[in-house]
Amino acid sequence: MAVLVKIPTQLRAVAEGAAEAEVEGETVQEVLDALFVRYQELGARIAEEDGSLRRFVNVYLAGEDIRFLEGLKTPVPTGAELTILPAVAGG
Amino acid sequence: MAVSHLECKECKAEYPLEALYVCDRCFGPLQVAYDHSRLKGDVGELRRRIQGGPQNIWRYADFLPLSGGPPGPSGRLASRAGLPAGCTPLIRADRLAERLGLREVWVKNDAANPTHSFKDRVVSVAVARARELGFEVIACASTGNLANSVAAHGAALGMESYVFVPADLEEQKVLATGVYGTKLVAVQGNYDDVNRLCTELSAERDWAFVNVNLRPYYAEGSKTLAFEIAEQLGWELPDRCVVPVASGSLFTKIAKGFEEWRELGLLDGELPRMNGAQAAGCSPVATAFADGHEICRPVKPNTIAKSLAIGNPADGPYALELARNTGGSIDAVSDEEIRAGIALLAQTTGVFTETAGGVTTAVLSKLAARGDIDPDERVVLVITGEGLKTLDAVRGTFETHTIDPTVESFQASTADAVAV
Repeated sequence: MAVLVKIPTQLRAVAEGAAEAEVEGETVQEVLDALFVRYQELGARIAEEDGSLRRFVNVYLAGEDIRFLEGLKTPVPTGAELTILPAVAGG
Repeated sequence: MAVSHLECKECKAEYPLEALYVCDRCFGPLQVAYDHSRLKGDVGELRRRIQGGPQNIWRYADFLPLSGGPPGPSGRLASRAGLPAGCTPLIRADRLAERLGLREVWVKNDAANPTHSFKDRVVSVAVARARELGFEVIACASTGNLANSVAAHGAALGMESYVFVPADLEEQKVLATGVYGTKLVAVQGNYDDVNRLCTELSAERDWAFVNVNLRPYYAEGSKTLAFEIAEQLGWELPDRCVVPVASGSLFTKIAKGFEEWRELGLLDGELPRMNGAQAAGCSPVATAFADGHEICRPVKPNTIAKSLAIGNPADGPYALELARNTGGSIDAVSDEEIRAGIALLAQTTGVFTETAGGVTTAVLSKLAARGDIDPDERVVLVITGEGLKTLDAVRGTFETHTIDPTVESFQASTADAVAV
């Protein structure tokens, strides 16, 4: 099940310059894990060693913050769009 | 100038003074670092230097992140100084103090800025830095006050501006933005949706989003509130500050301002207790404080205090840390308490504040009622915005006596009024 992940500018240098990537996965965690396998350094920058996300990382599924869904366990439908963004804007 | 570089608040990685706001290595927020070694030594001389400065935030230019000096007649950006912000009144509020059983309360009335909120401080700094960096377009994600300020600064400086707001914003704030000739974009969603959109757009457009890619510079402007309070108190620190919390940036930067001046010997004593104020309908920071958490769980806002309606606060963890480290707190108040707070401030000080100020005043009342405040403390209440921008909050809260233009009619009405 392919999912489109949008990669923020700050991480493109460790994603071979890609602005987006298509990976497989049925939950947000699986999608991110697949992304981190493809781009190891990207994983090291936004995730802790246990796979959880660092505190200044926001992930959105079709525009909705995954913390309003089921977090990393949120199911991801085929063709969905997952967006990673820095959490340090606004106010 | 004293400004040195950008550094990550989390991992301390260093970056050049460009339009950057996120650490590439750990995704932490970037902040401005300074080298104030040149200012150390003669405190009296430093105070005179500040006092000899202009009657606006640029008197604190040594502590602000411009590399070319302040805009104005003596600066590189001489042709366009923009809208001078700051130097707002600090009013001794004895009647408010008396009502709350306190000895000394001061109201810092930041509604007395060019567009009637503290946002003119942060926008002045961000826009000046944006010009230094060569940007031609300024933009923001706003809950209203920032929209007014960015639009007005754009007009004053002749810069194109784009302002993104939630579609359900108060009419007064929409009108007080559009009038400046900005490109006003109403987004169908809440502030957090607007903020996400602007974060995405900032990667696509070569614009200075004041509170996204210029945020490290922008946030520094809030320190000037602390500098003014200390200077207006005769170079002394208050014992406690009550400050509204939306993203947590203002709250933490006020403390940073006091801290920088303590380090230079301009101020003596402990950092004030810092009390944050939120609306119960959007209280992710107050909830995390009460639950003993270090991070905030985002919420969907539902409150009349729209200027504080940020459900996903960027500086939440730092606001929590600051409240705990200074012996303060983060409290939340209901919409009813917010209305009562607006009325209390208006009727004891003559200052008419918007809903955010109602939140702050109501939290001060709550702290006083709870016995958290020692009667001998010197307390500063930070009022960030103007009541005329949120008129719905006071509509229907009092009676108007309509009469015929005759003495009899007036006397009849006065008798009624007394009876009421």
